[in-house]
Amino acid sequence: MNIVVLVKQVPDTSAERTLAGADHTLDRESADLVLDEIDERAAEEALTLKEAVGAEVTVVSMGPDTALDAIRKVLAMGADRGIHICDDRLRGADVVTTARVLAAAVRTVGDVGLVLAGNATTDGQASAVPAMVADLLGLPQLTHARELNVDAGRVRAERETEQGETTLDAPLPALVSVTEKINEPRYPSFKGIMAAKKKPVETVCLDELFPDTDGTGFLTTRTRVVEAVPRPARAAGTRVTDDGSAGRQLVEFLIAQKLV
Amino acid sequence: MPDVLVLVDHDGEHVHKTTYELLTAARRLGEPAAVVVGTPGTAARLEASLARHGARSVYAAESAEVDEFLGTPAVDALERAAGEASPAAVLVSATTDGKEVAGRLAARLDTGLLIDAVDVDSSRVVTQVVFGGSYTVRSQVTHGMPVITLRPGSFEAEECPVRAEVKELALPPAAPTSCARVTARRGAIAGDRPELTEAAVVVSGGRGVGGAEGFSVVEDLADALGGAVGASRAAVDAGYYPHQYQVGQTGKSVSPQLYIALGISGAIQHLAGMQTSRTIVAVNKDPEAPILDLADYGVVGDLFAVAPELTRQVAARRAAD
Repeated sequence: MNIVVLVKQVPDTSAERTLAGADHTLDRESADLVLDEIDERAAEEALTLKEAVGAEVTVVSMGPDTALDAIRKVLAMGADRGIHICDDRLRGADVVTTARVLAAAVRTVGDVGLVLAGNATTDGQASAVPAMVADLLGLPQLTHARELNVDAGRVRAERETEQGETTLDAPLPALVSVTEKINEPRYPSFKGIMAAKKKPVETVCLDELFPDTDGTGFLTTRTRVVEAVPRPARAAGTRVTDDGSAGRQLVEFLIAQKLV
Repeated sequence: MPDVLVLVDHDGEHVHKTTYELLTAARRLGEPAAVVVGTPGTAARLEASLARHGARSVYAAESAEVDEFLGTPAVDALERAAGEASPAAVLVSATTDGKEVAGRLAARLDTGLLIDAVDVDSSRVVTQVVFGGSYTVRSQVTHGMPVITLRPGSFEAEECPVRAEVKELALPPAAPTSCARVTARRGAIAGDRPELTEAAVVVSGGRGVGGAEGFSVVEDLADALGGAVGASRAAVDAGYYPHQYQVGQTGKSVSPQLYIALGISGAIQHLAGMQTSRTIVAVNKDPEAPILDLADYGVVGDLFAVAPELTRQVAARRAAD
């Protein structure tokens, strides 16, 4: 079985992020870029399955040159090969294009049994790309899984969202997105890091994924930011040190604000 | 006026408040047309309340098996309704399910997707708050019909009674090889509390709560205020509270009228999930806690003294009303 893991390199959420340039895209220059932590768990799940049932794991990422670091990290964890979708025209791509491009990259991997992804990236938070990729590929989508079982040609997942929990079942091939609850990702070993340098990574551009497009006609975004304004930082308001009366003072504050 | 499709959130018997918000927003763009995806008879039960909130048409996309397949029947229904109505826009609640349905619809129709809008104007330009509240962005669709997910709670639901016309919408049969089947369902454990992302009041606990049993203090205050309970990542990671209540970058973004943070220091990831709340109250023992720097009302003190006292005061005030 072939397993494909979709990963994204994102700005580290513990640092400040800014929008830059005329097109209001992420200022990558000033951001500290890391492999998205939920995608890391999707990779861990793929590698666990590889060990349990035997599979070849391909890691796919769309992004500029730096995205290669994210791919190498998953290879160092134990994935077999990588596909790096790198094309200047994809800068600022919207979620629809992102999903179309990822779906096209998955199609280049033959005999795919399972596509794995994180349920959300920590930057865009659209939380929709895995479901969109599944739809475009005609695969069942088992999204927001906190537990996953693959057995006898079927996949079962425990889905957990704010609307409650559901058990999902589908035949393979299928797409599964995982939540951060699913596992604890392994650390790449030194041996793994060394081995990753020799593993094959194929770099592909739009023309290779969509040979029929003429380049100029390929839509990379269907949306446009017309204005981006930094929000003023919130300032501290009243501050008190509790002397036993803070609860009473607080209720007076809430009453004054018409919140109680 | 063109139609604006609104996907109806419901539990089979009642329409969720988020749908009334969508219908209110939809009136700015055209004539609201509600799309009900449910088992046979659902649209008939929901029609009156949808009409009361301005739905001029109600599409009934009904089949016995809609609840058995995750998301796909809703995507199919919206795709077919869009084919019939040529709408000016499609509005879906920015819930977990809604985001996936909207995304899949946009992918199928090759149209622009506007995510997590907090406002919509008549020219179909939406306002979004990105990067955990550090930027306000206005965006529009440049190709195709906008599919917009609207953040729950960002519109005030208004009644606008009209007469609704019910239209049957045939759903294609589900293809079991391309749909995930729901084989078991367990409701959210929230009980009577409002849903976290929809609540007007959210009371959250952090590591300072000290343990799972300590969360009863958080729950008591939330219940006194009629609010939802949230938790910081540190509290969730420590096993004090279930993951689905996590507020922050990797959890839920909330934007209530009142956010009360108990024993939460305010890591940047947490602040990203709550700093668009209208009023923020924080109680923390540590005077250096970053959350105190953005709280409208910050208390340096023991949450186990302050929160129960606040709960008593709120309850007393409610009893006096």
